Amino acid sequence: MTRPPSPLRALVRPASLSFLAMVASGLVILFGAPHVLDTFGLVQMTGFTAMAMFALSQGFIWGYGGVMSFGQAAFLGLGGYAYAVGVLNMGDSTVPVFLAIAVPMLFAGLLGYFMFYGRISDAYIGVITLTVSVILFQLVNTTSGSQYRIGEAELGGFNGIPAIPALNLPGDAGNQLDPEGIWYAAMGSLVVVYMFLRAILASRFGRVVVAIRENETRAQLIGYDPRLYKLLAFMISAGIAGLAGCLFANWGGFISPTVFGLTMSAQVIIFVLVGGLGTLLGPILGAVLIQWLTIEAGAQNVIDSNLGLGAILVTFVLLIPQGLVPVARNLVLRLGTALSGRRMRAKPLGPAPGTALAGEVRR
Amino acid sequence: MSVSPATKPVRPLLEAKGATMRFGGVTAVNAVDFVLGEVELRCLIGPNGAGKSTFFKMLTGQLTASAGRIHFRDTDITAAHPHEIARLGVGIKTQVPNVFNGLSVRENVFVAAGRKKSLARTRAIVEETLTRLKLTEIATRLVGQLAHGQRQWIEIATVLAQEPELILLDEPAAGMTKEEVERTAALIREINRTHAVIVVEHDMPFIRMIAKTVTVFNQGRILIEGDVDTVLSDTRVRDVYLGKQAA
Repeated sequence: MTRPPSPLRALVRPASLSFLAMVASGLVILFGAPHVLDTFGLVQMTGFTAMAMFALSQGFIWGYGGVMSFGQAAFLGLGGYAYAVGVLNMGDSTVPVFLAIAVPMLFAGLLGYFMFYGRISDAYIGVITLTVSVILFQLVNTTSGSQYRIGEAELGGFNGIPAIPALNLPGDAGNQLDPEGIWYAAMGSLVVVYMFLRAILASRFGRVVVAIRENETRAQLIGYDPRLYKLLAFMISAGIAGLAGCLFANWGGFISPTVFGLTMSAQVIIFVLVGGLGTLLGPILGAVLIQWLTIEAGAQNVIDSNLGLGAILVTFVLLIPQGLVPVARNLVLRLGTALSGRRMRAKPLGPAPGTALAGEVRR
Repeated sequence: MSVSPATKPVRPLLEAKGATMRFGGVTAVNAVDFVLGEVELRCLIGPNGAGKSTFFKMLTGQLTASAGRIHFRDTDITAAHPHEIARLGVGIKTQVPNVFNGLSVRENVFVAAGRKKSLARTRAIVEETLTRLKLTEIATRLVGQLAHGQRQWIEIATVLAQEPELILLDEPAAGMTKEEVERTAALIREINRTHAVIVVEHDMPFIRMIAKTVTVFNQGRILIEGDVDTVLSDTRVRDVYLGKQAA
C-alpha cells in the first residue's frame, strides 16, 4: 500500500530546507569566525551579534505579531541592567543570564496586560512603548550617587555600571570567558534564538499570532483571544531583547542608560526595515549591515554618520520598502522559475521547483 | 408570554429578548425578540440600515447590547467576548469578508480548524472542508490575491472548519455569479441538515431558493416574521423593502 502524499509536504519541505541552510550557515560563522578574525574583529562581531539579537526581537513582535513596539530598547536596557546588577551581586553569571531574560519578560507582561487587555489601539501601543522606554531612560539617568544601589551594584546614573563581570561557565564563577568565549556564547545564542523563533512560527501558536496580525476580527470570530496571543508574543520578544541586553553588557563589560535611549529604539526599527519586515533573516542582516556601515562611516569625515544613516533609511522606505531579504528572495525565486522553465522545455516531465515555494514566500 | 418555571420548555438554541443597540442618539436595533430553534434555517431581510448586521454583531459579541439579553442555549452571551461566543459554537461570515489575506487558503482553514484539536484531526477537517467547498485547487494560493467571490467561499470554509453549531451568514451571495449563487444555496441547504443557520440576504431569488421562515427587519425592529410565502406577499414588506427595490 502506498502512502498518500501529505498535502502539507509541498509547504514543509522548502521550509525545513531553508531552516537547515540557515542554521548551517550560522554554525559555520560561529565556528569559522575565530579562525579568520583577530580578537578585535571577533569582539566587533560579538557587538553585531548582540544587536542582531535585539533586531530579531523587534522583527518578531513587529513583523509577525503586528504589534508596533517602538520602545523595544526598554527591554534591551532592562535585560542589560538585570544582568549587570545580578552578576555584581552573585558573582556567578548563571542566574543573572536568566534574570536578563525574565525581568524584561515580566515587565512586558505587566505593560502588555494593560495595553492589550485595555484595548489600546495599535498607534497608541507605539506611543506607550516609546514613552515607557524614555521614562526608563530618565529614571536610570537620575540614579547617580551611592544611595542608588541594588545590593552590591551601584547604578551609577548617567555614567552607568562599569566593569561588569563577563559570563562564566555555568556554576563556575572563577572561570570567566575570554573574548573568544563570549563570541561563542553570543553567536551560539543567536543561532538558538533563531531556531526557537522558527519553531514558534511553525507551531500552531505562531500561526495564530500571524493570523491575528492578518485579521484580528476573524481570529476572534473563530475563537482565539487576540489579547492573550499578543501578550505572549510581546513577552517572548521582550525576553529576546533582554538576552540581547545581556550580550551587550558582556560585549563592552559596561552598561549605561543609553541602552534605554531613543536612538536604540529608532536604530532597531531601521535594522528591521532595511533587512525586511516579516522575515527573521532580515533583521539579523539589517543589524549587521547598518552596524558595519556606522563603523565605516565613523572612520571617515566626509559626512556625518547619523546623517548617512538617515539617508539610508529614507532611501529604503522610498525605494525598497519591503527590505533587502524579501527583495533578494523574490529575485532568487524569479531566477529559479526562469531557469526551471528552461529546463522544463528541455525535459518536459520534470517537476517545477518554483511552484512548491509559493507558500513559503513570506517566511 | 411568561412561562412558569415548572412548564418551562427546553431553551431554544438562540434567544434574544428586548435586544437593543444604541449608538449615541441612533437606535440601530430596538427591543428585538428573536428565537431560533435547533437546526433551524432563518432568513433575515430588510432594507439597508434596518439593523440586520448590527444584530449579527450583537449575537457574536462584536457589539455589546445597550439593553436586553441574548442567550445561546443556557449561556447568557449578552456581554461575552467574540472569542468566547465562538468557542460556544457560533460561527459568522461577515458582510465584508474577514479573511487572513497574507495566508494561503489552506492556512486560513487550518487556523480556523485547529483550535483545541489534535494535528491529525485538524488536518482531516482542513482536507474535508477544502474538498467540500472545491477549494483544493487553489489551496496554496494567497487569499489576498483571490477574487471577491472566492474569498467569500474561503470565509465560509473557515466558518465551517471551526465546526460551529450555529452559523451566521451575512450576505453570502453578494458579488457572486449566478452559478456561484446556486452553489451557495445548495451548500446552505446541505449545512442546514446538521446546523442551525441564519442568513442575511438582499437577493430575493436567493431567499426563495433557501428560505423556510423569514424575519423582516425595518428601522431596528422586527416588522413581521413567518413563512416565506406569507412574508414576501405581505403588503407592508413590499412597501418597506420589495417596493423600494422595484422602484
